[in-house]
Amino acid sequence: MSEQDIYLKSPKRLNPTTNSNHSPMNFRMETKNLTVKYGSVVGVKDISIAFPDKTVTALIGPSGCGKTTYLRALNRMHDLTREANVEGEVLLDNKNIYDENVNPVIIRRKVGMVFQKPTPFPTMSIYDNVVAGLKLVGIRDKTILNETCERALKQAALFEEVKDRLKTAAVSLSGGQQQRLSIARALAVEPGVLLMDEPTSSLDPQATLRIEELIHELKKNITIIIITHNMQQAARVSDKTAFFYMGDLIEVGDTNTLFTNPSKKQTEDYITGRFG
Amino acid sequence: MVGILCVSTVAVLLPLIIIIVHVFIEGFSALSYEFFTEELGSPSRAIQERPTGLVHTIIGTIVVDALALIIAVPIGIGAGIMLSEYPEHVLNPSLRIMNDTLNGMPAILKGLFVFVLIVKPMGTFSGLAGSVALSVVMLPIIARTTESALQSIPWTIREAGLALGLPRWMVVFSTVIPAAKTGLITGVLLAFARAVGEAAPLLFTSFGNNYLPNNWWGFIVDPTDTLPQRLYSLAISPYEQWHGMGWAAAIVLFGIVMITFMIARFLTRDKLQYKQ
Repeated sequence: MSEQDIYLKSPKRLNPTTNSNHSPMNFRMETKNLTVKYGSVVGVKDISIAFPDKTVTALIGPSGCGKTTYLRALNRMHDLTREANVEGEVLLDNKNIYDENVNPVIIRRKVGMVFQKPTPFPTMSIYDNVVAGLKLVGIRDKTILNETCERALKQAALFEEVKDRLKTAAVSLSGGQQQRLSIARALAVEPGVLLMDEPTSSLDPQATLRIEELIHELKKNITIIIITHNMQQAARVSDKTAFFYMGDLIEVGDTNTLFTNPSKKQTEDYITGRFG
Repeated sequence: MVGILCVSTVAVLLPLIIIIVHVFIEGFSALSYEFFTEELGSPSRAIQERPTGLVHTIIGTIVVDALALIIAVPIGIGAGIMLSEYPEHVLNPSLRIMNDTLNGMPAILKGLFVFVLIVKPMGTFSGLAGSVALSVVMLPIIARTTESALQSIPWTIREAGLALGLPRWMVVFSTVIPAAKTGLITGVLLAFARAVGEAAPLLFTSFGNNYLPNNWWGFIVDPTDTLPQRLYSLAISPYEQWHGMGWAAAIVLFGIVMITFMIARFLTRDKLQYKQ
């Protein structure tokens, strides 16, 4: 049975690797000498980071330092940009996702993504948005869809607010709710890794708090890589932190160590607010 | 300054008003019950005040334009999707150039092209040839409006769909196109309104006919009358009575175009309300 068949036929085990016995120090995802270029412009160069399973890694750094470019390389989002050129390796469960025989669609099912701005599908209801990833690949079983919808909305801490109006338009929700809906939709397909690109930058403190709590909850099961401009947020939610500057990885390490005792001068300057 | 602007406004509106008023004054008396139920026949019918009308022209217009829509809509929307959604595809730049060229090409040349392509091999003028000629008029308009309608949907929606592990075509068809639906319909209606008024491409394709065909099939395979081309023939005829019918044909043509524009307007307004 191919991976796609498993996905279609036994939705309870959507992602067979999610529940496998990774020891905590197993690296779920890893990049080796990853370089992304846009034409001749280098976005990020020579980045090697390992992301342990069931941890949160924060990517920090000033705007334009390549964090988003790096993150988008992790689920092959650059495939859509003709000028973008990815070199080096991105390993997901020790397999390079840029190998020729790898289907990017399968990769993106395992490596979900939440964007800076909420992205509800405008013509769909709340319910249809959450289950879009399942319904559109042909899962029609109502019980599975209903269960998935409820689970994902609960995981995203949105269920209580919307349970009575699942069939209303998703665009009628507030910005914070839309963002949690986007997270619920990403979680519905049970990714093993979740990439978050500044998920709270357009939200108020209350909604930000809820999403941070959600990240804490989620890391029991999945690996999270989050970009943030907020130092406190990085310190609050992450186990590991990587500091990017001008397309280079300056320093990566344990969040506590990096914030209290950075080994590089640039890192110290940035986290103490001297630039950036 | 405002005075100059008012003069310009009047100068823009005046021709429109003069045309509408003049057409209605000249043509209204020729609008009768027979006008919508009888075929035109020979000039003697009009001269001897026997029943005569343009029912075959009105039906012919509807058949030819509907067939043109059936041909142009799938191709035009397909080309529009290619222009908008696959910018990195090798065929994209050449499609763009050719579409723009086709859009700027004189309509009579399109008629000539269809004459060589269809009329010559078939050995007869036909409604079908007229439809193909009109569909060539519609194609670039539909492709262009489709492209801009799809471009108005934010890219993040597509990326959100891809991040769920959906194949690209599915993202386009399940999220982008439904969101751009009103824009697509408006584009099709605008192309239709433009093509309905074209006489040049029909002169040597559908050619014209004074009589109703023996059966419905005749509208497609035999020379067929259409309003703009009939209007031209009636206007250049030497018979007073036919001139009046020409003005009446103009009223009908005007009515069809106005109704189409009003539907387009209505749909675009609907879209604005939806966005709020």
